[in-house]
Amino acid sequence: MLRELYFIARGFLRTSGALFLFFLHLLQYSPTVLFRRFPLVVHQIHNAGALSLVIIMICGFFVGGVLGLQGVSNLARFNAEDSVGTLTAFSLLKELGPVITALLFAGRAGTALSSEIGLMKATDQLAAMEMMATNPVRRVLVPRFLGGVISMPLLTAVFNVVGLFGAHMVAVGLLQVDAGAFWQQLQANVAASDVYEGIIKSVVFGIVASLFAVWEGYNAVPTAEGVGRATTRAVVRTAIAVLILDFMITAVAI
Amino acid sequence: MQQTRSVELGTGLFVVLGFAALFFLTTQTTGSENFAGKDTYTVTARFENIGNLKSRAPVSMSGVTIGRVRSVAFDPDQLNAVVTFAIDGRYDQIPDDSDASILTAGLLGSQYLGLQAGGSDTYLEQDSEIQFTQSAVVIENLISKYLFNSGGREDSE
Repeated sequence: MLRELYFIARGFLRTSGALFLFFLHLLQYSPTVLFRRFPLVVHQIHNAGALSLVIIMICGFFVGGVLGLQGVSNLARFNAEDSVGTLTAFSLLKELGPVITALLFAGRAGTALSSEIGLMKATDQLAAMEMMATNPVRRVLVPRFLGGVISMPLLTAVFNVVGLFGAHMVAVGLLQVDAGAFWQQLQANVAASDVYEGIIKSVVFGIVASLFAVWEGYNAVPTAEGVGRATTRAVVRTAIAVLILDFMITAVAI
Repeated sequence: MQQTRSVELGTGLFVVLGFAALFFLTTQTTGSENFAGKDTYTVTARFENIGNLKSRAPVSMSGVTIGRVRSVAFDPDQLNAVVTFAIDGRYDQIPDDSDASILTAGLLGSQYLGLQAGGSDTYLEQDSEIQFTQSAVVIENLISKYLFNSGGREDSE
């Protein structure tokens, strides 16, 4: 029993250490890739960001819309429907925007990254690169990592704006909240620091989601089953890490 | 080559959209209708105290929104607040002796400008000023007045 616990603890420490070293390794190559091989990064921004845009916008619209519905119907009890703009803005900018975008990003782009890298490994493409004296970390992993990190804040911003638009459409269009009061209350209460908190969160989540996706793909068991498992693990770990980090960042910010 | 071009185009679109969204969020430049572009006329009113009234608050008459507050400013000469607001051009028969008061929507609601019709035959028009105004009710003043009054009554007895 104790022995098992010891092995579990040791395994956890080892994985954390390896993950951190892997992260440093990615950071080490990031500047060169960013400045010398920028087209590779652009291609990954297209894969991770531009192709996720549709799902992000649809989800953002409906999340904002449901916040508007719930906000109006509950605030109506206190005759404070005008505050629905403030409510949706705070919920979206500080919490739901970064978190839901990160989860969607892990599901849409993270899985694609893990399975792609895992499959490259399973078909010995990474080994072939090493044979040709090309560093696979630099050629394959770092551009994908950077593409994700750059895309996440932008996706979050789009999600937030579309969400506010959705809330506005529901509250003002369907439920007859005053449009001027909606924006006036929103602008009077949302400070620049609230916006920055959301941006900081989205950057951190972008790093976490991309890191886990790349890491799990790179360490996948090179079989069909292994690649599938790696993809699942990347999503699960990203979700857990994002929610824990969200709590920690919020606790620090407040 | 064609492939790269479409990738670049898509990426460019995404990045531009993302930064536009960021810009929108940070500056909060919101496209709210300010009764702008419509046919409106502006009227001013002076208040001792405007409480929490902000620009873009609704101007309402009998509970119907007929305009928006354009700006709120302090007049250093007369030492009071000048509220400038725009009224929808459709409502051009508001008596010029109407009175304006700053009201609160519900207990937690935002403040708005309420107009109460007067009985004059001449109407408000562009740049006219409302003579009769009633300031916002400040809760602290109300409480202190109540305390002061009740204290005074005990003294007189």
